[in-house]
Amino acid sequence: MALDDKHEADGRVFKVVGTRPVRPDGIDKVTGRARFGADMSMPGMLVGWVLRSPHAHAQIRSIDTSKAEALPGVKAVVTRKDFTAESDDVLDNCMAGAKALYDGHAVAAVAAVSAKVAKQALKLIAVDYEVLPHVTDVDEAMKLDAPVLHKDKTDETVPAGMSKNVIQRFEYGHGDVEAGFAEADEIVSRSFKTAATHQGYIEPHACVASMGPDGQADLWVCTQGHYMVRNVCAPMLGMDIGKLRVTASEIGGGFGGKTTVFLEPVALMLSRKSGRPVKMVMTREDVLRATGPTASTSIDVKIGMKKDGTITAGWAEMRYQGGAYPGSPVQFGAMAAFAPYNLKHVKTIGWDVVTNRPKQAAYRAPGAPMGAYVVESVIDELCGNLGLDRLSVRLKNASTEGAKASYGPRFGKIGLTATLEAAKAHPHYSAPLGPSQGRGISCGFWFNFGGDTSVSLSVNNDGTISLSEGNPDIGGSRASMTMMAAEELGIPYDSVRTIIADTSALGQNEVTDGSRVTFAVGLATIKAARDAITKMCSRAAKVWGIDEDAVIWEDGHAKPAGPNAGKFPPMSLAEIAAQASNTGGPIAGHHEVNAEGAGVSFATHMCDAEVDPETGAVKILRYTVFQDAGKAVHPAYVEGQFQGGAVQGIGWALNEEYIYGKDGRLQNPGFLDYRVPVASDLPMIDTVIIEVPNPGHPYGVRGVGETSIVPPLAAVANAVSAAAGVRLTELPMSPPRVLKAIDTARA
Amino acid sequence: MVKVAIWGSLRVATEGRAEVEVDAKNLRELLDRLADAYPGIKPQIDRGVSVSIDGLIYNDSWFTPIGRGSEVVLLPRIVGG
Repeated sequence: MALDDKHEADGRVFKVVGTRPVRPDGIDKVTGRARFGADMSMPGMLVGWVLRSPHAHAQIRSIDTSKAEALPGVKAVVTRKDFTAESDDVLDNCMAGAKALYDGHAVAAVAAVSAKVAKQALKLIAVDYEVLPHVTDVDEAMKLDAPVLHKDKTDETVPAGMSKNVIQRFEYGHGDVEAGFAEADEIVSRSFKTAATHQGYIEPHACVASMGPDGQADLWVCTQGHYMVRNVCAPMLGMDIGKLRVTASEIGGGFGGKTTVFLEPVALMLSRKSGRPVKMVMTREDVLRATGPTASTSIDVKIGMKKDGTITAGWAEMRYQGGAYPGSPVQFGAMAAFAPYNLKHVKTIGWDVVTNRPKQAAYRAPGAPMGAYVVESVIDELCGNLGLDRLSVRLKNASTEGAKASYGPRFGKIGLTATLEAAKAHPHYSAPLGPSQGRGISCGFWFNFGGDTSVSLSVNNDGTISLSEGNPDIGGSRASMTMMAAEELGIPYDSVRTIIADTSALGQNEVTDGSRVTFAVGLATIKAARDAITKMCSRAAKVWGIDEDAVIWEDGHAKPAGPNAGKFPPMSLAEIAAQASNTGGPIAGHHEVNAEGAGVSFATHMCDAEVDPETGAVKILRYTVFQDAGKAVHPAYVEGQFQGGAVQGIGWALNEEYIYGKDGRLQNPGFLDYRVPVASDLPMIDTVIIEVPNPGHPYGVRGVGETSIVPPLAAVANAVSAAAGVRLTELPMSPPRVLKAIDTARA
Repeated sequence: MVKVAIWGSLRVATEGRAEVEVDAKNLRELLDRLADAYPGIKPQIDRGVSVSIDGLIYNDSWFTPIGRGSEVVLLPRIVGG
């Protein structure tokens, strides 16, 4: 539909969508009945453990597994030699090949009758390492004399003469930034650094693999995408995709970190070699050393502004290290950083860099929070220098429909202005602040996408509905799919049960990521319900002896379309279902689609913080999220996504940090030393849902799962900088860093 | 002909041009013709791209129609978490 067309949901009175029913997985999760990754067990099951490199960078000369294999109770040992598939980065990350590339890199694995035996066996594996120089800092890794991880990963976009650790270069923007800076009354240039942070999901990676002698296999796994697990693992094992059935467990958090594989191919190989089911569960130390995290960054930014608040030009050069393999999300940081603003002159440059750290994994809106952090920090500083209201400046420059985004396209209908206006009108914005307290504002943007999606909806004989989707439920998708099906069919929420089907039950489904599920699976659910409705109208037409076209569907009933169609009492869904065997057989609706056209999303965050000038400790006093959801299907879940993103961003801003020693080993692989915020650290996160419908979805839904983590780094940094009286330029803003900044400013 | 905006770091393959024209009626033709006309872009197309058509992002749907006046922008493959 054209952007100026009326949305099909305009004026529609929703009966189920927009309400807050009890979540369908709630009872199971609070009573312990829900089965997570480590809860699956099988008869004869072995346990698998992984041997990990203690070195940040080392050539693997040889691995001798003979003593481990001879240990009673050991049933299989696996090294890279067992994987004969063509090498790629994902496989190499799961099991090191020629080199160990980071502290914690898997080099061998054992399946044994008990954890005790498996751990004993790991000690008997002799790995002959040639320890190599290492590098873990992004700026150091770009130097010409830095240790080189790979000789052949740099692509054609990188100019000759740079370190081979520089993998790819990106550049976006339009206009002439130098001309823009020449128009400015005030220019601020700053350099920033952000630490690598982990997704911090509470449930560690876990799976159970069972491969039979006929080569058919089953895998139960905690993942954000079991179709992805199937499609990635089967080729690694030399299997046909159809011979591997993957079932997703409940999931205790993912946030992007469970969009790839780590243990799964290893468990399958151990099962193949041992002929027994094999369970593998990571420790927290394994999780922190060898999975995730996001990139650490080093960024230079320069922005010019007129006295009236008009931003005349923006420029940034961004360096992201994504661990030991190509693929940091720097391109998204470079695309998203200036997206909230309608700029005539803008340019961003991004460098993807490898270091001796674990391969980064996606983390909510990958790469965007760091970009927003630097841009929003400098805008905040410019507003302060020019004595301008921080919200008014953002409103003055905000991207609106038709604005050319800094990454190229013109925006359609977007809700950034609505979030800013809601923030300006909110009592939080005018609330008084005390001594050593400051208020920070930030905007943020994320793309969202759709992708391959399959949904099947069965009409049961008693009029209830069984709905099957193929995306692990990490944020309430079973509730929202149930609600959209009930809405479309005109039946109560309790009449629909949604399950996550295994990979043999439905067509391809992309991973639960990209804030895609409520949009794409929701769209497919609505279409599947409409497919079932068409069939039910046809059955009613048969019973009444009239044309199918003369039957309409209203409030859960088939009805004659008008007086000319005949006088028949409405036929309920339950009545049609009860007669299904007599009228043509079972009734089901399906929809399979590559859902394109996801709407982008914007948010504005507001944070109040207090700084203790004696210790540098920061306390978050108040926090409010304003975000465009398009249409909030289940507002409580939407609020939960807003709150969760804000809290993870607060942790990123204040506490969380991968700390490496001079030996290149991670110094804080546990939740005591890697400090995520807990409830007692935080105020209640207030939320305001804005609804600017997405033209690409029948109800106007936009994804909300990622945008909420984009603004908090800057919102917190701006609040802390205001409270401390000095601009903070490095995350996390831990007490020593804040104190040092205060002391330096005083000196 | 369709005008396609090319992001900065790929412009070495288009002799510095920020916008190129190709004869394409849908997404598949667009990517094929871009790779034919500007071989330097092909490695990135093989690594993965998304295409913004009139402000909406498309990843894989080959037969998405592209109108003559459409705004078309080549983007790196959009992923998420």
